[in-house]
Amino acid sequence: MTPSRAFGFLLARGRGRLFLSRSLDLLPSQGLFYTHGKLVAQSSKHYSGFSRELDPWKCCFTPSYLGVIEGLKALVTVNFSVLHHRPFSSASTSTKRNPYFSTVSLDDVRHFVDILGHKSVIQDEDRLLAANIDWMRKYKGSSQLLLLPKNTEEVSKILQYCNTRCLAVVPQGGNTGLVGGSVPVYDEVIINLSSMDKNISFDKVNGILICEAGCILENLNSFLANEGYIMPLDLGAKGSCQIGGNVSTNAGGLHFIRYGSLHGNILGLEVILADGTILDMLTTLRKDNTGYDLKHIFIGSEGTLGIITKVAVLTPCKPSSTNVAFLACNDYLSCQKLLAEAKRDLGEAISAFEFMDCSSVEMALTHIEGVRNPLPTSLYNFYVLIETAGTDESYDRTKLEALLVRSMEMGLISDGVIAQDLNQASSFWQIREGVSEATGKAGAVYKYDLSLPVEMLYSVVEEIRTRLGNAAKVLGFGHLGDGNLHLNILSANYDSKILAQIEPFVYEWTAQHRGSISAEHGLGLMKAEKIHYSKSAENVNLMVSIKKLLDPKGILNPYKVLPQSLLQN
Amino acid sequence: MKILVAVKRVVDYAVKIRVKPNKSGVETSNVKMSMNPFCEIALEEALRIRENGVASEVVAVSVGPAQCTETLRTALAMGADRAIHVDVGPTTVYPLSVAKILRAIAEAEQPGLLILGKQAIDDDCNQTGQMVAGLLKWSQGTFASKVEHSQVSQEDLDLLPVGGTLPDKDIFGIIIQVLLDKEKQIATVEREVDGGLETICVDLPAVITTDLRLNQPRYATLPNIMKAKSKIIKKIPLEELNVDLRSDFEVVQVTEPPKRKAGMILSTVDELIDKLKNEAHVL
Repeated sequence: MTPSRAFGFLLARGRGRLFLSRSLDLLPSQGLFYTHGKLVAQSSKHYSGFSRELDPWKCCFTPSYLGVIEGLKALVTVNFSVLHHRPFSSASTSTKRNPYFSTVSLDDVRHFVDILGHKSVIQDEDRLLAANIDWMRKYKGSSQLLLLPKNTEEVSKILQYCNTRCLAVVPQGGNTGLVGGSVPVYDEVIINLSSMDKNISFDKVNGILICEAGCILENLNSFLANEGYIMPLDLGAKGSCQIGGNVSTNAGGLHFIRYGSLHGNILGLEVILADGTILDMLTTLRKDNTGYDLKHIFIGSEGTLGIITKVAVLTPCKPSSTNVAFLACNDYLSCQKLLAEAKRDLGEAISAFEFMDCSSVEMALTHIEGVRNPLPTSLYNFYVLIETAGTDESYDRTKLEALLVRSMEMGLISDGVIAQDLNQASSFWQIREGVSEATGKAGAVYKYDLSLPVEMLYSVVEEIRTRLGNAAKVLGFGHLGDGNLHLNILSANYDSKILAQIEPFVYEWTAQHRGSISAEHGLGLMKAEKIHYSKSAENVNLMVSIKKLLDPKGILNPYKVLPQSLLQN
Repeated sequence: MKILVAVKRVVDYAVKIRVKPNKSGVETSNVKMSMNPFCEIALEEALRIRENGVASEVVAVSVGPAQCTETLRTALAMGADRAIHVDVGPTTVYPLSVAKILRAIAEAEQPGLLILGKQAIDDDCNQTGQMVAGLLKWSQGTFASKVEHSQVSQEDLDLLPVGGTLPDKDIFGIIIQVLLDKEKQIATVEREVDGGLETICVDLPAVITTDLRLNQPRYATLPNIMKAKSKIIKKIPLEELNVDLRSDFEVVQVTEPPKRKAGMILSTVDELIDKLKNEAHVL
């Protein structure tokens, strides 16, 4: 019996099980539970553990077993009060920590302090904890080192060093990702770009903004608003998400239908490769057909091919007039027809087309404060939010009203309201943006982000509803204009039985209809092994070759995006 | 009974305003304009009184440039029955002129209630309602946070001693004596004043100006927007009303308030004393 197995055996017989990750290779096949109590991770660098027991209990490690494990504390007191059962999915994947990666040593820390200065090298537990957990509180890593570089040269030096030392790194921005791509899986060094938040330049004539990757999206929007421009993307997380992360994940957002993908709006990037090479592609030219356009490889690569440090964005003019309408439809078919009518009648003025089903709106109204139902007279099955943006308010308003009046006469809309001032408009948006926020408050949530043909978009919601019955609440909402469904399944607790009903059914269904299992959220850790549902083997193999070319040691954001089996060599 | 509601078209509440470079006023071109929020509350109150069956018609009136018709369309979409637009062109009109115009309209329309917002968010004057009540010699209930309209029934009137007060458990504070004229009706207005809440009874016809907590205005739903297209907006030219728009004062300059300086973090008490003495001049 190996020491680790013996240890596991002893623990299992105790009044509860202490799960240890890393050094012992004692990875549970099921999720670990994090409860709102004191974490077991003491100052020991080599383990972090969680207890599954509901009762407060004390766990003592006898010295003989301690001898096996380097640096464990002798006595661990754990006190728990369970508010939620939340498995940290980081350890629930079958990936083991790659033994090829080194662990951070004191020399490494000293080296980083030399490069960055004391203030930018963080080993403080509280700040590490915040950086180790993702926004949904679903993924938790155990990094012991957080670095805050202030400029490109520092990032380059960090990566150069990590590459020679074979230290895995995780590039991190606002940490608002929904697939666990922004937090470490094990003890990867976190390189957080929040300190790189300068606006470098703004071309007022063409609306081309150059800024560092750590700039928060909302701040960029405020800056641009003063100049009469806006960012081409807008998402619910804009108060925290950073442009570098948006580009790395090729974020879509609410105005995708109007301004298109970041592939079209990003004119240039500055990227640091795995070995520290600074790749300067920071052009502000609209047209440049000299050679292969490399920046597109990095847009959407989720930090696995390079760390983005500067971005050149083409910003559209701020529309002087926006009109928002909140509409109710009786069935999904009407929503589809309304989309077709809207695209035809509103033409270039349309800037958002979102849909929510009845349960999503109920969720937002219940959990978000200060939000009231614009159509309180009855509960409808589907709600649609249409926004137009243009330069002439009355012209757009007339178009919108004409569209809505006709749609009402055709029976596509049962009822609706048009916002009469900016406050009403933002309250409609609050409902739509609040749905995601509200799901986090309801307990456990399983989020899926699918791209499907518009006719099939809602069918998957209905199928999942039938499969789960009363066990969970299913919400469907999303960017109908882009064919992007956000499927959220809410239950009181995380439950593997519910998960088994959802996955792999949802992925198989999507693959069957030639959809994408990740429309805009990315693969991250959550869908790292699932790429084959949406991409053929040849595609994936070529991706693996590119990854190995740009990052031969595989230190950039490991265990994510591409299947581990293909990357091991 | 008819209710007349005066609405004003102002810069939208959520817009960040800027002063024009020549300091003559606030930038209003290319800026989103909507109905004054207090006027929305006034209109909502009028609609509720009509829905309670006490009034028969709600008429919206606006004094301003040609684009006021958009604001009046919103009023009609919210549920007003018809609208009146007094076009004064691009000149700014000040409260006294507006009050004179409203007096003329009220004398023509003979409403039982004239409801306005307590102030406009662009000039914050808070004068029009009080001025028009003075000009019309009507009673006024300003800063209304609750309005109840009661009809004195024949029985109650018969029971009242001459010059007596109406026993009503809801009324507290000052009660104005009710005249025994059987046609007269009263409105009970709860006002937000500096000292708290004051409840008064006012004879009708009366002017009421609405405060923020009176109600939450409804959204303009599509069916109502459609109906509003067929409702009339009557244009009354200024000449017909015999009102002199000449203002008694002239705006000389409009400037932004001085920008707040960022705070400083000091490291010692000595530094603090030094700054208080030499920079802030308070010691």
